[in-house]
Amino acid sequence: MDWDTVIGLEIHAQLSTRSKIFSGSATTYGAAPNAQANLVDLAYPGVLPVLNAEAVRMAVKFGLAINARVARRSVFARKNYFYPDLPKGYQISQYELPIVSGGAVDIVLEDGEMRRIGITRAHLEEDAGKSLHEGLAKLTAVDLNRAGTPLIEIVSEPHLHSAKEAVAYLKKIHTLVRYLSICDGNMQEGSFRCDANVSVKPRGSEKLGTRAEIKNVNSFRYVERAINYEVARQIELLEGGGKVLQETRLYDPDRGETRSMRSKEEANDYRYFPDPDLLPLEIDQPYIDAVAATLPELPDQKAQRLMSEYSLSPYDAGVLTTSMELADYFEVVVRDLGGQPKLAANAVIGELSGLLNRDGVDISQSRISPGSLAKLLSRVVDNTISGKIAKDVLEAMWDEGREADAIIEARGLRQITDASAIEAAIDKVMAANPTQLADYRAGKEKLFGFFIGQVQKATGGKANPARLNELLKKKLSG
Amino acid sequence: MTELHLMTVAELSASLRSGGISSVELTRAFLERIERHQRELNAFITVSPDRALADAARADEQLAAGRGGPLTGIPIAHKDIFCSRDEKTTCGSRMLANFVSPYDATVVRRLREAGAVCLGKTNMDEFAMGSSNETSWFGPVRNPWDPARVPGGSSGGSAAAVAARLTPAATGTDTGGSIRQPAALCGLTGLKPTYGRVSRYGMIAFASSLDQAGVLALSAEDAALLLSAMAGFDERDSTSVELPVPDYAAELAQPLKGLKIGVLREFFAGLDASIEQLIRAALDELHAQGAVLKEVSLPHLPLSVPTYYVVAPAECSSNLARFDGVRYGHRCEKPRDLLDLYQRSRSEGFGAEVKRRIMIGTYVLSTGYYDAYYLKAQQVRALIAADFERAFHEVDVVIGPTTPNTAFALGARTQDPVTMYLSDIYTIGANLAGLPAISVPCGFAEELPVGLQIIGPHFAEGRLLNVAHQYQRDSDWHLRVPRGFG
Repeated sequence: MDWDTVIGLEIHAQLSTRSKIFSGSATTYGAAPNAQANLVDLAYPGVLPVLNAEAVRMAVKFGLAINARVARRSVFARKNYFYPDLPKGYQISQYELPIVSGGAVDIVLEDGEMRRIGITRAHLEEDAGKSLHEGLAKLTAVDLNRAGTPLIEIVSEPHLHSAKEAVAYLKKIHTLVRYLSICDGNMQEGSFRCDANVSVKPRGSEKLGTRAEIKNVNSFRYVERAINYEVARQIELLEGGGKVLQETRLYDPDRGETRSMRSKEEANDYRYFPDPDLLPLEIDQPYIDAVAATLPELPDQKAQRLMSEYSLSPYDAGVLTTSMELADYFEVVVRDLGGQPKLAANAVIGELSGLLNRDGVDISQSRISPGSLAKLLSRVVDNTISGKIAKDVLEAMWDEGREADAIIEARGLRQITDASAIEAAIDKVMAANPTQLADYRAGKEKLFGFFIGQVQKATGGKANPARLNELLKKKLSG
Repeated sequence: MTELHLMTVAELSASLRSGGISSVELTRAFLERIERHQRELNAFITVSPDRALADAARADEQLAAGRGGPLTGIPIAHKDIFCSRDEKTTCGSRMLANFVSPYDATVVRRLREAGAVCLGKTNMDEFAMGSSNETSWFGPVRNPWDPARVPGGSSGGSAAAVAARLTPAATGTDTGGSIRQPAALCGLTGLKPTYGRVSRYGMIAFASSLDQAGVLALSAEDAALLLSAMAGFDERDSTSVELPVPDYAAELAQPLKGLKIGVLREFFAGLDASIEQLIRAALDELHAQGAVLKEVSLPHLPLSVPTYYVVAPAECSSNLARFDGVRYGHRCEKPRDLLDLYQRSRSEGFGAEVKRRIMIGTYVLSTGYYDAYYLKAQQVRALIAADFERAFHEVDVVIGPTTPNTAFALGARTQDPVTMYLSDIYTIGANLAGLPAISVPCGFAEELPVGLQIIGPHFAEGRLLNVAHQYQRDSDWHLRVPRGFG
């Protein structure tokens, strides 16, 4: 039987406010345990929450960026359950009336097709603390530094039909929150993480299958693997006559599998009710307009502009706009170079990104400034060096921290364009390879490449390729 | 000169500022009285003589320098629900029997800044859940008017302490009548302000949407002096209201001529005849001062008690979840695992009434019951509030009894929670609607005090205090002293 996969994601993005959502404690990552937990975070008797206006502004920004409705009135609710890293015994979240509802983002699939993914809602809530077990025999320690860190939980419609689509959507949201400067997107530190609701149904069937929720996956690769594993597990189960249970599952990256955490029967009844300590959050149109005025150019708009302004392909524009910094970098290169956008895009997406990946850094930590890259590319444009040599120069710039011209001079990489010098090299090669010359002249034109290679070898790759082509053709034909 | 302990805050304040007495002298006098009567009444959980005397000495310096305000050097007591820094704050519970608060509640801080001297922390029903002060882990409080009877609750310790003249005034909290009911049963003036008028920060939460801090005092004038210092917006409490605080004492003198009083029909149905007689007599007195009486009806008011006993337990079931034995408070011996830690710490730390309410609250919020109970109760609550709002289009204040009975015997209602809950039948409405209300003594039935309740529109504390003050100008019920405490 053929199966359809149905996936919805719940993304938790930590908002990059300086203080917590309901207390004045700092939110800096990596502080000593409980150094950033005050009486409110510790849920001392008598303390009360006070909403952080900055967290609200960030949630509104997100709502506007996904063309959603920003609620004029939203309500904080308590989600009640006992856990040591949840000091109040409840999490303050939003339940019936979230601040953001009914938005969408577009993703581009591998075949170039565009899909619109609906976003049901995005609500504000507080993060929990962390339970620590390592190095503590039979004991659990609790670190409440993270408790009360603001989150927006972004809930998609079940519009995703494969692990690849899910990852494309996740990356899109990741890009968006960083464009908006509302989340640092750091998945290792848990600032951006997601739960995946996965189910399968017979192809074409209207009725959704029973879903499993995979909790807290914190890398793009794991999301893809966890979903693929889960889809295969469910199909195998159903084809074997079994039933999928509604349950929460955990992805184990070491073993590449999902495991049951708790079933529906064991699930908490969270007893949501409006938090009487916080008034309903009311937002007016002038406030929303003021936030709208602070929105940056968003990824889709930027990609459109790069395509029309620089005639880039949708693919190139898409890659360059995955981060605002990458797109900015590209635009500075083009500006300094005075044009040549395709050359610049190839260099940024290709060689430069290769070096970034090699060293595991992002564009903001690039060892080559856009101005330096533009100077290098200008040496290709003015025929000082070939594109092939440029790649070596770029790597040398990265490793040695020197400018392109200095490297070209020091290594004598300047291209030979002088006809007499190239001709001299050709003559030498022809003289050294009489058999090949005879074969070529007898009609074996494939050997042209052999001669090109020999001449470039002799010149250290510095012969201007176009010039060499032209002169070699003339010489070989006698 | 009247003995110090029989004087009102207003009188003591004048004496302190004229240099007739010192705060240290005054504080010492009340500390001695507390010591003498503590065993008999059990009104205090903690007494802090050293701290009180040090604060009194500081107050005397301020007074000597001419920098004293109306409360500088005045001894007071706080209900043990208010967190006070470096002092035990127990909330009447074994759960917090050894809890030392690292911070001051806003009410505590404001009164200290106003120069008041805190003598100690008063006994109360556990987590403010009770109407007789019998649910306290620290034992029941006795009513100074008759030690075989309860003082009311939950602010029973504060009420008994003021009635026995162990302190000139005390703070209390009122979620369903916890200031007004004990004030009535102990012959005091007890004010519950508008919800949001006084900060709840540092006041251990029972039911957050109903809790409000207030005062138990000898007179409306004293209540006005304390409220002026306690009230006002607090950025730490999002439900406190950003409105200026009037000078309540300045409004007291306004004559009652033309005041429109609504006589609450629902409050007289089935009321004990001796209490009704006293309430009617008080209304006549107000009428004689120029007030106009008009019968008003609040048709949904009889639904107050069932509504309250859904809303308040629901909120308390969540508010008390933080007492889990992990970070502070009672922790069971040698927990086997996490669940055992939670279960035993909470089973041992909480008393029966608190557990009953946590269970009711958990039930009414559960999936499948939420709509039928919690949501329905919120709807009825809105109807009750609307009833009051309609009434206040016609009248300035509404008046009725504070309680259906006078103080009952210790143990009389402990086996029957529903009868106990009905003690608050007349007081709960004001909490559900967030309205200010005051109870003032209006006579005695079989030698036990009876309270008259005046309820006003939101933020009409000034008017309530004014009506009460004008009534007290021509009566002396509020100045009667229980036998043995004169």
